Amino acid sequence: MSILVDQNTRLIVQGLTGREGSFHAKACADYGTKVVGGVTPGKGGTVHEGWPVFNTVADAVRDTQANATMIFVPPPFAADAILEAIDAALPLIVCITEGIPTRDMVSVWRYLEGSSSRLIGPNCPGVISPGKCKIGIMPGNIHRPGRIGIVSRSGTLTYEAVHQITQLGMGQSTALGIGGDPIIGTNFVDALALFNADPETEAIIMIGEIGGTAEETAAEYIKAHVQKPVVSFIAGQTAPPGRRMGHAGAIISGGRGTAEEKFKALQSAGVHIVKSPALLGETLVEALGAKS
Amino acid sequence: MKIHEYQAKAILSKYGVAVPRGIMVESREAAERAAKDLLGAGATGVVVKAQIHAGGRGKGGGVKLARSYNEAAELAGKILGMQLVTHQTGPEGKKVRRLLIEETLPIASELYLGIVLDRTVSRSVFMASKAGGMEIEEVAAKDPDAIIKEHIDPAIGFQPFQARKIAFRLGLKPEFISPAVKFMLALYKAYEETDASLFEINPFITTTDGRVFALDAKVNIDDNALYRHPDLKELRDITEEDPLEVEASKYNLNYIKLDGTVGCMVNGAGLAMATMDIIKFAGGEPANFLDVGGGANAEQVTHAFEILLADKNVKAVLINIFGGILRVDTLANGVVEAARKTNIQLPIVLRLEGTNVDKGREILQASGMNFIVAQTMKDAAEKVVAAAAGR
Repeated sequence: MSILVDQNTRLIVQGLTGREGSFHAKACADYGTKVVGGVTPGKGGTVHEGWPVFNTVADAVRDTQANATMIFVPPPFAADAILEAIDAALPLIVCITEGIPTRDMVSVWRYLEGSSSRLIGPNCPGVISPGKCKIGIMPGNIHRPGRIGIVSRSGTLTYEAVHQITQLGMGQSTALGIGGDPIIGTNFVDALALFNADPETEAIIMIGEIGGTAEETAAEYIKAHVQKPVVSFIAGQTAPPGRRMGHAGAIISGGRGTAEEKFKALQSAGVHIVKSPALLGETLVEALGAKS
Repeated sequence: MKIHEYQAKAILSKYGVAVPRGIMVESREAAERAAKDLLGAGATGVVVKAQIHAGGRGKGGGVKLARSYNEAAELAGKILGMQLVTHQTGPEGKKVRRLLIEETLPIASELYLGIVLDRTVSRSVFMASKAGGMEIEEVAAKDPDAIIKEHIDPAIGFQPFQARKIAFRLGLKPEFISPAVKFMLALYKAYEETDASLFEINPFITTTDGRVFALDAKVNIDDNALYRHPDLKELRDITEEDPLEVEASKYNLNYIKLDGTVGCMVNGAGLAMATMDIIKFAGGEPANFLDVGGGANAEQVTHAFEILLADKNVKAVLINIFGGILRVDTLANGVVEAARKTNIQLPIVLRLEGTNVDKGREILQASGMNFIVAQTMKDAAEKVVAAAAGR
């Protein structure tokens, strides 16, 4: 098993005819994802790279029975694209776009509440269940089917963790990047709950970073609910306060959101913490050994 | 994006938020004229306030009271050009280039008002406290209950009843309730319409003659929203920023200068932070944060290199790339090109993984240049720290 995406996922791409959308739609299809169409307003009725293009998400869902969408729409229009996908009741919305204004995301979040959709991202690499389905921009070839669940706020750092696991001869049930923005659709707790309930996920790697309190909230959840071993690294131990480290959400402000606080919270929740990102894989092996 | 107090107050004023009368000046002479005007218009005194992008200006000696225009001119002459050091500027301080000359007001009470995103609920929150003039973080740490919070539902916006709740809980006297409510509603409108990420009115004051004012104002604007506010974009003051960071931003590179000797170039913010961490772990100090982003091309990599090397503290460079969108061969071409162009003499350690990694390694080898190739992050960090130490 896996979480969120598998062989039954039917994907449409919003922004299919753009350069990025087109490139990654092909890469996802090459990996084995069932890409069934795309949406570009004004280009409905045409065919792009063999896929039917629709004017609206509602049209695309009606004709293709899609159950997931991947969004590659530029920042000024991305929030609207997410809202359209929620309106069409798509169960899974993965938004790759980086740079969406926070005010737009406040509205999106409000519309998401009580809807039947789950949003992953924005500003994220996406989600992959190796060997089954890839929705996003991650390099597919570094993954391998397996039993480790990986969740991270950062893109390339997710790849790093995946790579270490694969190099050690293990694999991933699902790996997802939840995004580096202050407002994201799916948070650590959501992902941990899904991994915890997935019988084929044996252990979890959670990669956080400075800023906000998502890791502290996750630590409370782990303490109360998660039985599986969790290994965790927090990026930004050396980051100066008050500076936004690339991600809009990665900023230590008013002395809050430091890596130290997060490590402390996770450690007290029984999480195997890793101070050096190079030791994620090894520590996971140790954690699994300690369990059996 | 941070803006100056005088710019923040101009925005607030446009939205009907009461601010003291004030004039921004850049010379002693202009300060004298401004003080003369304000005193002539009935002000009983003026405040000379240094305009820099940092808090704690008063304690640092950047805010002074003057009773006459002569005194104002004298103070302006002292403050202009000084390196103002506060707890937010770092030990080197910031050069004062502009002053705000402002009327003094008969203060009755000092309070705190702020609007910011509450990430835990994905909504904005209006905050207020009776402890005006104090850092809100300190208040929050000592007595969290002393902070009044009203979350804002984006579907309906900040409502008058919420402003009234805050005003009454602040314990304002009856005559101040209505002006305070009007003030808060105007403040919220300004916050929303400017796509701000932070509003802080500290202190928010009541006066002995029954009025309310924003005595100080801190406004940050969401960088991601600047595309729809060309007027606000103009408010950026690049003299407040590190020149290398300004240069980097021209090429969409995310660069932050630090104090160490190991320069690093990484793709992705998380991996870039992790790379800084592992350099420290290996016994070194990172010279910078540099995220070349997911879609970097050879030209951007060249610029990234130039910016990295412009920092004379850099003794060795670590390039850590996990190619996804950014293919490793593209990066390798950029590195070789940049190394030739800049005639770099420093040791360069490369750790490359991901899409087209074999092609990338071939390009590096074929270049005939003396790159140090590392296999893992740990290996890379150890090699670059050794190289920076001259070992």
